[in-house]
Amino acid sequence: MNDQLYQDRIVALAKAKTGAGKLATPTRSARRDNPLCGDRVTMDVRLENGRIAEIAHQVRGCLLCQASASALASVAVGRDSADIALLRHDAERALGREPGTAAAPFDAFAPVAAHKSRQDCVLLPFEALKDALS
Amino acid sequence: MSFDVVSVRRQFPILSQMIDGKPIHYLDNGASAQTPVAVLDAVRKYETTGRANVLRGVHRLAERATEAYENARTEVAAFLGVKPMEIVFTGGCTAAINLVAYSYGSLLKPGDRILLSELEHHSNIVPWQLLRARAGIEIDMLPVTEDGRIDLGQLPRLLTPRTRLVSVAHVSNVTGALVDVKMVVDAAKMAGAKVMLDGAQRAPHGPIDVPSLGVDFYVFAGHKAYGPNGIGVLWARPELQEAMPPFHGGGSMIGRVTFAETTWAPPPRRFEAGTPPIGPAIGLGAACGWMRGLDWAGAHEHEMALVQRVMDGLQKVDGARLFGPAGLQNRYPVVSFTLEGVHPHDVAQMLDSFGVAVRAGHHCAQPLMDHFDLDGTTRVSIAPYNDNSDIDALLAGVRHAAKTLR
Repeated sequence: MNDQLYQDRIVALAKAKTGAGKLATPTRSARRDNPLCGDRVTMDVRLENGRIAEIAHQVRGCLLCQASASALASVAVGRDSADIALLRHDAERALGREPGTAAAPFDAFAPVAAHKSRQDCVLLPFEALKDALS
Repeated sequence: MSFDVVSVRRQFPILSQMIDGKPIHYLDNGASAQTPVAVLDAVRKYETTGRANVLRGVHRLAERATEAYENARTEVAAFLGVKPMEIVFTGGCTAAINLVAYSYGSLLKPGDRILLSELEHHSNIVPWQLLRARAGIEIDMLPVTEDGRIDLGQLPRLLTPRTRLVSVAHVSNVTGALVDVKMVVDAAKMAGAKVMLDGAQRAPHGPIDVPSLGVDFYVFAGHKAYGPNGIGVLWARPELQEAMPPFHGGGSMIGRVTFAETTWAPPPRRFEAGTPPIGPAIGLGAACGWMRGLDWAGAHEHEMALVQRVMDGLQKVDGARLFGPAGLQNRYPVVSFTLEGVHPHDVAQMLDSFGVAVRAGHHCAQPLMDHFDLDGTTRVSIAPYNDNSDIDALLAGVRHAAKTLR
């Protein structure tokens, strides 16, 4: 079952580490912890006219959290906070928490739908980015 | 004769269950141990033949319930080598520590000090922080050594004339290290401080001769010691119990109630307000009886052979790093490790697909994780019913995680 959870696309997203690191001069930065598992995500963004011009994340967390941060960074540039909220719905759909079909890249997280205890790992980067944009 | 693990396993029905067509390899005993038939039978007997409230009723079922409840107290007392009326039933180990922090804590004065250690479970840290906020006490911390033991060499420096209590884990829930109780007690007595041991990880490994330890308080949890959830134990010296005010108020803990004044029942009733967790207490009594019947010399040797098998196997996995004592001396069967490049939760999740149950994360010991600059560890915790097949499944899963997740 878990070999299906750690399917190639999720592992590839995590290994890609898209956006991993820090920004030299972020407009905003936010850190979020998951007190249950200790995962921690820090999101840096540089904004231009309210839209994300640059994004970077530091994840001290599991592979699912890393993959989610990487997926989010891969599509975040050029988007504003309303766009990011829409992307989160995509992730929620992939996790089976909302009806409908998720689009790429978040459809990769569909295997996590069967693992409720791990879904917050996927959503933590969204929480940190939401804080950074608010 | 060697330890008969097959006959022990047979007493735990859950272990013969299959999940997704695979046997269960339960190595998360430090979080919650499994329950033998003897415990299930005792609880079922109470629920089906003697269920009633205790201490109050005069009818036959109330008599049976009260007798079973007090027999359980006697069983627990025998397990700890103390007198039955020195045993207080609580809602758990955390509840027992909170009871001491509140009740014994109310006898402390601003500026009094409590000495803990860096490897404590949060349940032996946070209640003292609440007391600090309430009563103005101070908290000191014994650091840990690099092999995951409490650094008792720091006792002389950290024990002060204002230290009232030293409260430490008898066995670490992360590293399995057994504390040198004599060293703690000798130093504490010299300083005039009391000693409490958190026995949550020690009690599941056999009877404890508490009087010979020389401590003042001992606590443990039922569910980690093959008993039901929702039950824990506090033992405290009778003279301390006598001096301690109640924690919770309610029925059963009173002498006489008027609106002008209420007097307290003597211990242990003083600390058992309201209807106690009767079924769980009876189950814990049965668990203590079951443990007293086990060959612990053989069981311990068996458990530590499994620890050695875990350590030998992990040392062959590239990037695996063990935490805690390197050897088997003065330790209990808990092994924590990390796998370089793979988060502990991912290791644990992968192990689940091999039918292996372990715990991953900070183990409610964040200060210890901070000391080692870790997000968390994967923890293997062993009980007498574990066998080589459990360890081999664990090692296969770890090797697979190392191969596929980094």
